[in-house]
Amino acid sequence: MTVKEGARFAIEVLRGGLITARHFAVNMARHSLRAIGIRTGRPGAVTIQYPEARKQVPSRHRSLHRLLTRPDGRPRCVACMLCLTVCPSECISIEADEDPDPEIQKTPIRFEIDLSRCCFCGFCVEACPEDAIRMDTGILEWGRLGRDDLRIELWPGPGPGRKI
Amino acid sequence: MEILITLIKIVGTLVWFLTLTLYLTWLERKESAVIQDRIGANRASILGIRAFGLFQPLADAVKMIFKQDFVPAFSDRILHTLAPFLSFFFVAVTITAVPFGDSLRIAGRTVALQVIDGSAGLIFILAMLSMGIYGILLGGWASRNRYSLLGGMRGAAQLISYEVALGFSLVGLVMVFPSLRLSDIVAFQGGLLFGFLPRWGVFLQPLGFALFFIAALAETKRVPFDLPEGESEIIGFFTEYGGLKWGLFMMTDFMEIIVMSALMTTLYFGGWQVPWLGPGGFHFPWGGEWPLPRGAVVALQVASFNIKVVFGCWLQILIRWTYPRLRYDQLMDLGWKILVPLGFANIGLTAVLIGVLS
Repeated sequence: MTVKEGARFAIEVLRGGLITARHFAVNMARHSLRAIGIRTGRPGAVTIQYPEARKQVPSRHRSLHRLLTRPDGRPRCVACMLCLTVCPSECISIEADEDPDPEIQKTPIRFEIDLSRCCFCGFCVEACPEDAIRMDTGILEWGRLGRDDLRIELWPGPGPGRKI
Repeated sequence: MEILITLIKIVGTLVWFLTLTLYLTWLERKESAVIQDRIGANRASILGIRAFGLFQPLADAVKMIFKQDFVPAFSDRILHTLAPFLSFFFVAVTITAVPFGDSLRIAGRTVALQVIDGSAGLIFILAMLSMGIYGILLGGWASRNRYSLLGGMRGAAQLISYEVALGFSLVGLVMVFPSLRLSDIVAFQGGLLFGFLPRWGVFLQPLGFALFFIAALAETKRVPFDLPEGESEIIGFFTEYGGLKWGLFMMTDFMEIIVMSALMTTLYFGGWQVPWLGPGGFHFPWGGEWPLPRGAVVALQVASFNIKVVFGCWLQILIRWTYPRLRYDQLMDLGWKILVPLGFANIGLTAVLIGVLS
């Protein structure tokens, strides 16, 4: 290392230290000003204090599924099995029954999704010809203690002990 | 009575030292967070009071104390247990030689705010810091783990190398100051240079200060000089440690930061001296005076010492969170090919200047 290189090295080292020192000073000033109630352009940290503060979920974000219903309260699903067919992780299981309405023909008596397998790709939503399933609930916290608890029933609805 | 005073001083110093160590972990976490636009540890609470995470060190301590004290079956049980205590002990005794303030006068007695005012205080601190190598080396050796051994060996090589650089950087200072006694060194720095500048070591020995600071950073063996630990590759000499024994090594690290900061303050930043503050109050070089009572003067001096030490710790943490680490050959190059020759140059320069000026 020549003397010139050494000098340049030393200058760069100092500049690096000044960058972190500036970050410290600016963020510390913002924290302090906010602590005494003066608004600053930006907060001192980009952290979101999660359980207390939440980030807005984007409108197109794919969260927990829901089944849409007709005006009379029965599901829009006609048990065509398209979602079940398209699902890459094979997490949907549907039990179909005859619908009293001849225009509808079929209806699910049980619509279940295994969240431990679901990869939240949204293909079921795209495949549905009846717009019966959507992933827009905004529910992100569905962690459970056991695998069985992750098999959630969308229809006829959550049974006892399977709250969503 | 003398023994009682000494005991009180020892306990007080140790409490100061350990409290500062405990809260240095907090400072480290918070400062790094602020540098990186984060918030840092703020969840530990007592009765719902969070107080900026100030209880986090207590929570960490409780966690470490209640962890299992595990010694691997292949390790040397006695040496494995001895190593962290050695490491801790040799750093903990160094603080006894550091003067915290001018002497107090209580009930006709003069009480120096320093535990041991040895005539070779500087040498004592350096000696104890080099003894700290044994803790690292034993920890690495007694673990009987290749990575630990590698870390221990690297640590010994690094510390011995930078011990040399540290020693040479201080020789110039010893030539300028009248004594090796730390209280004398601090008292000497109370004078003025050119009639206005405080006669601090950093103004007398700017090059020596730069060398000392780099060598001191290497002595604390943290990033960018963390070869003994090597978080990203070998995990270092404490691979086989857990719980409170690991905690002792970690505390040793933080205590070394404080000792280096205190040493830097004492030698280069006037110790407990406040600029232009004499025993009777302020005497400003532009002619003003502000007389103060004795107690206020000593309080100001102790506060000044503490502020300087905390600032030194802050600076070292800033450096730890700024720079990437050196490669092993770069480390040795910096020590032997740059710091040691520059140290020699500093000695020569100082000798010439002293000869010319006197």
